[in-house]
Amino acid sequence: MTAPTTTTINVTDAIKQALTEEMRRDARVVSFGEGVATRYQDLVQEFGPLRIRNTPLAEGIIAGTAAGAAATGLRPVIDLLFTPFICYAMEELVNSAGKLRYISGGQFSFPLVATAWTGSGFTVGAQHNHNIEAWFVHSPGLKVVMPSNPADFKGLLKAAIRDDNPVMYFIDMPLLFQEGEVPEGDHVVPIGQAATVRRGTDVTFVTYAKMVHTCLQAAETLAEGGVSAEVIDLRSLKPWDEGAVLASATKTGRVVVVHEASRTCGMGAEIAATIGERVFGELKGPVVRIAGPDTPPPSSYALEQAFLPQPDAIVAAAKKLLG
Amino acid sequence: MIETSPALGPKAMLETMMLIRAYEEHNVAAQQAGGPGTCTSVGQEAAAVGVVRALGPNDLILTNHRSAGHLLARGADPGRMLAEVGGKATGYCKGKSGNLHISVKELGIILTSTIVGGELSLAPGVGMSLQMQGEGRIVACLFGDGAACEGVFHESLNIAAVWNLPILFVCENNQWQAMVSRKQTMLTDHISDRAAAYGIEGKTVDGNDVEAVYAAAAEAVAKVRATSKPFLLETYTYRTRGHYEPDDQAYVDKDELASWKAKDPIQGLSKRLQERGALTPAQLEEIQERVKDTIARAADFAQESPYPTPDEVLTDVYA
Repeated sequence: MTAPTTTTINVTDAIKQALTEEMRRDARVVSFGEGVATRYQDLVQEFGPLRIRNTPLAEGIIAGTAAGAAATGLRPVIDLLFTPFICYAMEELVNSAGKLRYISGGQFSFPLVATAWTGSGFTVGAQHNHNIEAWFVHSPGLKVVMPSNPADFKGLLKAAIRDDNPVMYFIDMPLLFQEGEVPEGDHVVPIGQAATVRRGTDVTFVTYAKMVHTCLQAAETLAEGGVSAEVIDLRSLKPWDEGAVLASATKTGRVVVVHEASRTCGMGAEIAATIGERVFGELKGPVVRIAGPDTPPPSSYALEQAFLPQPDAIVAAAKKLLG
Repeated sequence: MIETSPALGPKAMLETMMLIRAYEEHNVAAQQAGGPGTCTSVGQEAAAVGVVRALGPNDLILTNHRSAGHLLARGADPGRMLAEVGGKATGYCKGKSGNLHISVKELGIILTSTIVGGELSLAPGVGMSLQMQGEGRIVACLFGDGAACEGVFHESLNIAAVWNLPILFVCENNQWQAMVSRKQTMLTDHISDRAAAYGIEGKTVDGNDVEAVYAAAAEAVAKVRATSKPFLLETYTYRTRGHYEPDDQAYVDKDELASWKAKDPIQGLSKRLQERGALTPAQLEEIQERVKDTIARAADFAQESPYPTPDEVLTDVYA
């Protein structure tokens, strides 16, 4: 088998490439949201104005429309812009898309993808940046993905569009212009499968999105001191790859979970609890969380950096575990 | 089986209205005997039957928690509905809905939302699917005056109008928003007046006169189908029982309630048909017996049906 041809593109283009390919592949795929048609004039040309649409600034009805369309045969990809705006769409995403399959006894399915930007780095402040991914992990019937690199952004969007369930697709904003090798054509990353992005034996960093790169920096620093850190990029948060995480926890016996989202009831709590329940006997120390504080995400660049987990803190946590 | 032919005539509509009333009264009695609570549509039967009978067999329906009339008018089996109310495995949703959100895909009843306004949020997406299919089908979205006070009412009608979606919006203005009179939540009397704000057509009809509702709905359905533009129809009616069972309606103005009960849609139609010589007392008695028998058999079916097995709690979460 020959390796697929790759091109170097950024995350923004990888997302568009995935959407374009899926719209060519399946006439049921439609996309709408605030400025979608404005941004994707060429897709309007290619697919027509019924499949790519602008909407009013009304997140509730964008999400509700997606749920109604999904229940009746379309596969909508909606752009809700920034995660705090999703608060207007919680009813439609949580009560309709997430619950109505169950409530209807399986009569209907809701194949839709809701995308939104989040993440510190652009100093946009707490009403344009809020890592709320755990809210949806806690809501039944939804899936949640949060990629870290251009290839995964493409592959997970394609998987999300093909999935018969509602998928929340979170885009860590500072990654939008990150470039990387992206396989051309049908590159699909299965939802629920983590990637071990660095192999190691002494300590495991479990993380996702932008923090993958922070953890890789920390791992580099540790390597200089002879410590071998493994870095697991979850990629999917619901379902999350328990098998990969537990195997690595068993191997290294030391786990640091790192995410930008606020610490309390974040993904890290779930991951730490699961490791404790399942492989407690293999651990050489407690599972440690490095996460954002329980504050609104700040705007000032200096405060954003103070909010974000930094490589130094991760290195220190690893060293403490190593004793 | 979806029977939508107008040839069925007012006598058939009377029978459906009586079936709905008997179904709701059965649930009231069942609740009083210790069964589950329910939100009845007693008093609103004409509004339900007139609209649903005006739809074509391939049209779709989105409705709300007060939906029994819509389901029965569409031909839903009262036995499977009562089984659903009782949480039984033979219910339309395998017992996972209960009485508040029964959907019946085979009848085109896509979803019943019990989040007030939920049906309005889903409507444009259903309309979008039908628009793209281009087969001339429409969706009727039935909601109340309470939902019309939710923000999503505006968002839904606005995007439906902008996108030319084939949606018949039907507001059953039953004067009550849970336990609050509509007069305390809106300054104007008619939801249909708002249609102009969206550049679409709207109309109010006497929601207690099934023939008038049917005529107005049939005209609106034809317009939506021909133009692929939404239409806002308001059926002006009254919820004569409480928000849910049990509810002593202590908050209801007695004179207002009495005046609306005097306009009971079933008695009204029955009287008109007898005056026209289209219905004899014997025929009315016959319908009454048939309806009673249907509900009794439905209740037996529900009663005898099994509950879902415990493993069902984990199924149907994901497709």
